[in-house]
Amino acid sequence: MTKIVICGVGGQGTILASDILSLVAMEEGYDVKKSEVHGMAQRGGSVISNCVFGEKVYSPLIGLGEGDILLAFEKLEALRSLPYLKKNGKMIVNDYEWLPITVASSDATYPENIIKTLKKKVEHLICVDGVKIAADLGNIRTTNVVLLGVLARFLPFKQESWLSVLEKRVPKKTVEINKTAFLLGFASEA
Amino acid sequence: MMISEGMPSPYSVTSCLCGEFLKWDIMRKFMSGNEAVARGAYEAGCRIACAYPGTPSSEILENIAKYKDKIYCEWSTNEKVALEVASGAVFAGTRSLVAMKHVGLNVAADPVFSMGYIGATGGFVIVSADDPGMHSSQNEQDNRNYARAVKIAMLEPSDSEEARLLTKLGFDISEEFDTPVLLRLTTRISHSYGIVNIEEREEHPPKGYEKDIKKRLILPAHARPRHIIVEERLKKLKDYSNSFSLNRIEWGNREVGIITSGVSYQYVKEVFPKASVLKLTLTWPLPDKIIKKFAKGVKKVIIVEENDPFLETEIKAMGIDVIGKEKVPVTGELDPYILKRAFGSSEEIYPTQDIPSRPPVLCAGCPHRGVFYVISKLKLTATGDIGCYTLGALPPLNAMDTCVCMGASIGNAFGLERALGDEISDKIVAVIGDSTFFHSGITGLIDVVYNKGTSTIIILDNSTTAMTGHQEHPGTGRTLMGEETKKIALENIAKACGVENVYVIDPYNLKETEEIIKREVKRREPSVIIARRPCVLMVKSEPPLVVISEKCTGCKLCIGLGCPAISIKDNKAVIDKFLCTGCGMCAEVCLKEAIV
Repeated sequence: MTKIVICGVGGQGTILASDILSLVAMEEGYDVKKSEVHGMAQRGGSVISNCVFGEKVYSPLIGLGEGDILLAFEKLEALRSLPYLKKNGKMIVNDYEWLPITVASSDATYPENIIKTLKKKVEHLICVDGVKIAADLGNIRTTNVVLLGVLARFLPFKQESWLSVLEKRVPKKTVEINKTAFLLGFASEA
Repeated sequence: MMISEGMPSPYSVTSCLCGEFLKWDIMRKFMSGNEAVARGAYEAGCRIACAYPGTPSSEILENIAKYKDKIYCEWSTNEKVALEVASGAVFAGTRSLVAMKHVGLNVAADPVFSMGYIGATGGFVIVSADDPGMHSSQNEQDNRNYARAVKIAMLEPSDSEEARLLTKLGFDISEEFDTPVLLRLTTRISHSYGIVNIEEREEHPPKGYEKDIKKRLILPAHARPRHIIVEERLKKLKDYSNSFSLNRIEWGNREVGIITSGVSYQYVKEVFPKASVLKLTLTWPLPDKIIKKFAKGVKKVIIVEENDPFLETEIKAMGIDVIGKEKVPVTGELDPYILKRAFGSSEEIYPTQDIPSRPPVLCAGCPHRGVFYVISKLKLTATGDIGCYTLGALPPLNAMDTCVCMGASIGNAFGLERALGDEISDKIVAVIGDSTFFHSGITGLIDVVYNKGTSTIIILDNSTTAMTGHQEHPGTGRTLMGEETKKIALENIAKACGVENVYVIDPYNLKETEEIIKREVKRREPSVIIARRPCVLMVKSEPPLVVISEKCTGCKLCIGLGCPAISIKDNKAVIDKFLCTGCGMCAEVCLKEAIV
């Protein structure tokens, strides 16, 4: 059983990413469950979604210390969700900073050197500038798919499955750019 | 038709229900629990479905709307109305479903109790989506207690496939036993996805309406014999529960036996793969014989359930010694880690980091912000209500004092005024959303007028039900089925309720908003101020604003708006061009004209 935690900020496209991931796992013949929270948390707050696949999956929810891979769309959220990663788990972190309102209204400070802090804690850390890759491609909204591309390197799924699910799941007009975004993430030197 | 012990798997159960052998070419779909309930209702031949949106239940009706050629569906004004409309359809022998969040069932409780006596001529499934962990709710009430109180059957799915299956079964049980059936979901059932095997729809044409006042006109004289019938029905349901194959014993190691239901079953299977498990699915009335048999077969019984000790209390009353809430937390939701911890695991995990929180916020450009900014500036007491706008309570706006339940803001403001008189009447407003006002604000407003109050009520009209995902409501001019309809104007309602002072303002216009609110709180008559502007997520953004760095003095007045697009860098305000919607409120508050 493989347990993947995706975290980020409401509006970054974590839900779409975990949708695609789950559908790929299903297409590859695995049992899959996915869990996320809608409603109030989506309004610019921290968001987490869980995806678990394997021969037989019971819990849709990943408890603390259980995640095999943590994919973080934002650095502060990576730090926040760290307890969900198991001790020898792998973390992929998007080198991107989104100030929370508590920092913007300046009664708190955004921690410095988060990547360095994470490196000290997590042995298998992959840091990627997904926003830059997506911006170079011409649409920062594809950042989530770039990050999926990075994640895909560590998962046992065929590239065709990813691309075919992407084709079905993203808006028609953006199929090509999303496919390219995925492949760039997959090939990135993070 | 009915299922009983000896049928090996849920799938063969389904094929029996359909009266045909299992088709292996069934389509497999990845569905949320809510989608699966909608699919189950469609497959069961449901014809009428009603709801008021509420997280985590909202997507049930949104998905039922995909089958609108077969199912009439509506956003009802509130949960009580939803339940009454569905009940009317049930009188006509039509399979009907009503869905709501846990607290919605409180609103609908009056007709629910009556329908418990009246029964169900057509299959009647009442879906309650509870929210352990309070992801998007004001309390953690456990609606399993309603099944016991109303004396009706309850089903608890443990994943999406069961959500589909039990919705279908719910209609059958309902008709067989002449009872509404409570389908109890939780957030992790509603919003988790799993693989579902979908089947064809079976048609159940309406049986037709036949007048039967002894059954449906529940005067005391009619209700007394109905109560006897209800008690007899409960006995029959208990026998059925004892033969229900999804109340299932999975024998394993006999040292420990775990009794569980709903999503907790999944956590138990994952954390204790070798234990004996009694998975309860029809959880009211409980299958006493199966429970006793299971308890006899194991050395020690543990009960794993979220929130209230519902199973625990009942099973203890059967004279069975169990371990329950002394180990398993009564507050919050469960997950595999919490369960492991509860039973002694001390696995090492990364500690929680001490970092700034990231609470949800009013979106950049949210029109509610204008009203809250003014309330905050004028230091008014604001009784609040339920919706996105409850976020106006958070810093830096801090513009809401209370939030009790749907519609409470108006009564609360009036009560404060009555208690404190002049001390508060010039400094208080009630703040309520448009959808919430239709839901249960109107009766409060009538109360203020009738009882000679002077309250100022601000209706935040963003022309949608935003918090739950932009559902239509009586003020939007469209129905759930996508049809155009009469648009009910808030100002007409306010006037019809007898309010003479009704004003419509644009909350982006801070100056006007401040003037009118200031004037109306002082008025010794009731006023209704409608702050009207559509939800920013539904309209095209204006070009983003920018800060002229040379003019900015870093005074942070703009920060007081609590807009997520504005932050301070190197003692100057900066606007995030991707988040800014160009609403212009920050430019209005800036005294240095540094924002353009």
